[in-house]
Amino acid sequence: MLKITDLHVKIIENNQEVIKGLNLEIPDGEIHVIMGPNGTGKSTLSQTIMNSGKYEITHGQINFNGTDLAKLSTDERARLGIFLAMQYPTEIPGIKNADFIRAAVNAMRPKSAQPTVLEFMQSLSKAMDILDIKLDYTDRYLNEGFSGGEKKRNEILQMMMVKPQLAILDEIDSGLDIDALKVVSKGINTMRGNHFSSLIITHYDRILRYVKPDVVHVMMDGKIVASGGIELAKSLEQGGYAQLRDKLGLNIKLVDE
Amino acid sequence: MDDDILNSNDEYQYGFKDDYQPVYSTGKGLNESIVREISSQKHEPQWMLDLRLRAFKIYQKLPMPKFGPDLSKLDLDNINYFQRATDQVARDWSDVPNSMKQTFEKLGVPEAERKYLAGAEAQYESEAVYANLKKEYAKLGIIFCDTDTALREYPELVKTYFGKLIGPENNKFAALNTAVWSGGVFLYVPKGVHCKIPIQSFFRINNGSTGQFERTILVVEEGASVNYVEGCTAPNYSEDSLHAAIVEVFVKRDAFARYTTIQNWSDNVYSLETKRASAAENATMEWVDGNLGSKVTMKYPSIDLNGPHATGTMLSIAFASNHIFQDTGCIMRHNAPFTSSNVISKSICKTGGICNYRGKIRMRPNSQGSKSHIECDTIIMDDQSKSDTIPTNIIQNGDTTLEHEAKVSKISETDLYYLMSRGLTEAEATKMIIMGFIEPFSKQLPMEYAVELNRLIDYQMEDSVG
Repeated sequence: MLKITDLHVKIIENNQEVIKGLNLEIPDGEIHVIMGPNGTGKSTLSQTIMNSGKYEITHGQINFNGTDLAKLSTDERARLGIFLAMQYPTEIPGIKNADFIRAAVNAMRPKSAQPTVLEFMQSLSKAMDILDIKLDYTDRYLNEGFSGGEKKRNEILQMMMVKPQLAILDEIDSGLDIDALKVVSKGINTMRGNHFSSLIITHYDRILRYVKPDVVHVMMDGKIVASGGIELAKSLEQGGYAQLRDKLGLNIKLVDE
Repeated sequence: MDDDILNSNDEYQYGFKDDYQPVYSTGKGLNESIVREISSQKHEPQWMLDLRLRAFKIYQKLPMPKFGPDLSKLDLDNINYFQRATDQVARDWSDVPNSMKQTFEKLGVPEAERKYLAGAEAQYESEAVYANLKKEYAKLGIIFCDTDTALREYPELVKTYFGKLIGPENNKFAALNTAVWSGGVFLYVPKGVHCKIPIQSFFRINNGSTGQFERTILVVEEGASVNYVEGCTAPNYSEDSLHAAIVEVFVKRDAFARYTTIQNWSDNVYSLETKRASAAENATMEWVDGNLGSKVTMKYPSIDLNGPHATGTMLSIAFASNHIFQDTGCIMRHNAPFTSSNVISKSICKTGGICNYRGKIRMRPNSQGSKSHIECDTIIMDDQSKSDTIPTNIIQNGDTTLEHEAKVSKISETDLYYLMSRGLTEAEATKMIIMGFIEPFSKQLPMEYAVELNRLIDYQMEDSVG
């Protein structure tokens, strides 16, 4: 599924290297978590996989189902089955949520496989039900005036409708109260299956109470420094990132120190 | 993507042209005897001939506009000032000549009428060939016909309103229109009558070098309301064409009028229109105005807010591509206390197009408590295109409020990225953003027009990204 090999990435604007030799492999059907302190390149990784245009790969490779992503545009990557739930979803007035999601659903499918308007509306309302989203949502403009929690739900709703093979969820849990966190987790769990993988990027282990990961990775200074099971996340929650760093004997300064 | 924009060589979508010969034409160019000829062909009353002749003299004296787009390539001697397509105004669809029917069918007029319209009148060349007013409206006393017919059948009514808002002195093209006008729509809504379904008419220039000088008059009596919709899609043709219409709208006390226009002239048309409305006490006048095509458009619909608590709205979009020059805006005259005006102007320019907003707000000395809000938003899609906002504010009363917001932007990279991350191509994402940008306008349109606008924008956008 996703295979990242010795990835080096710099910020185009200031030439600063942010990802410094990262390796990661997510097999089909698995949910992986990347945890790490602020400023270690977690979001850069997600934006690089989606090709946001702000970063440049200077070395290494991102491979998805055997395809090298290097030369593919954002939309081509999306159509291969990669989905990114953004940390800060954009607000676009004038575009109705339902119209946008329908366009996204259709973009992923050949004409013959596109749902009719009725089929689409039915599956949309089913997904909205699971996520506890109000009915007037469909006619509201894309993320416009949404609270932080509403935006995150909207990202998960889009994921459920688009049905990607790989969903990267960038801090999907930040700014969510406990109820919203449960709802969002429920949405992610409905996706679980043999042909759905996810990469959850987070600071905290609290979402892991509701979404059980197969592998937990810790990222520091542009690299994966440790990988393990759920117990790795738990030990982080107790000891913090600095303790893990010291235990691993790494010479890294954490941004918030 | 820029290369594709420059190399695009698109055919005009509605560039079909049917095979048709006018029954009568005065030939090219204009002089006093042609003005007399037009009037006598129509068997007009003496006062109309006198007005035409006076207007012609004024037309000869008035200079070309000294602002805005270059009109030096507009050859006024190379224009047909009058031609009649059929001898009679057809009341029934079956009386309309076949070739014309085909044109209308291509434009979807008959179907549109069946579904959405109260009455449709399509102007073919200089006179209406098809006019149909639904029976229930006739019962309500609504008059809806072409202006030539109105002049014959309701001469006193026409005389009361004709030219009362826009005289020949207003500007050179208003004078020209008054001298040679032909066709247009006369719509009269009696006191207290509410027209629930939009009344719609299509205009279309079909011959090269055909000047279209419609004269449209709407009278909405006290407490009445009407939503009038006018649309234009002109076929492409080689010679320069001139469209110099006049629209006058009278909105009486407590009445409501909305006048919706979408113009999509082909890229050789000079559209130089004069539109003016008056709103009496507590009346509401709304211009909804979309300009997508033409070579040059100069159009500044205005509203005279003459009575206390009168409200005026201007909601417009302009789309200029391929070196089109859209110089549009509006004029709000606050002539009474507690009047309000609201202007929302949205424009998009690309591939060398120019969109200017040119507006004027005047607060008269007795306009205390009045307010005006103006909002101009522009998206410039590439480096070849330009936009300017040219507001003039004349405030003669200190107790008024005026807000002006103007914003010029490119298509946001962040927005594009977000949409593309969901699998939309750059072209699809761009189109979606543009449609969202003009949504405040399109959501005001009757559904069938919104669909047509969508199609037209689609077409304009098709070549914009690779």
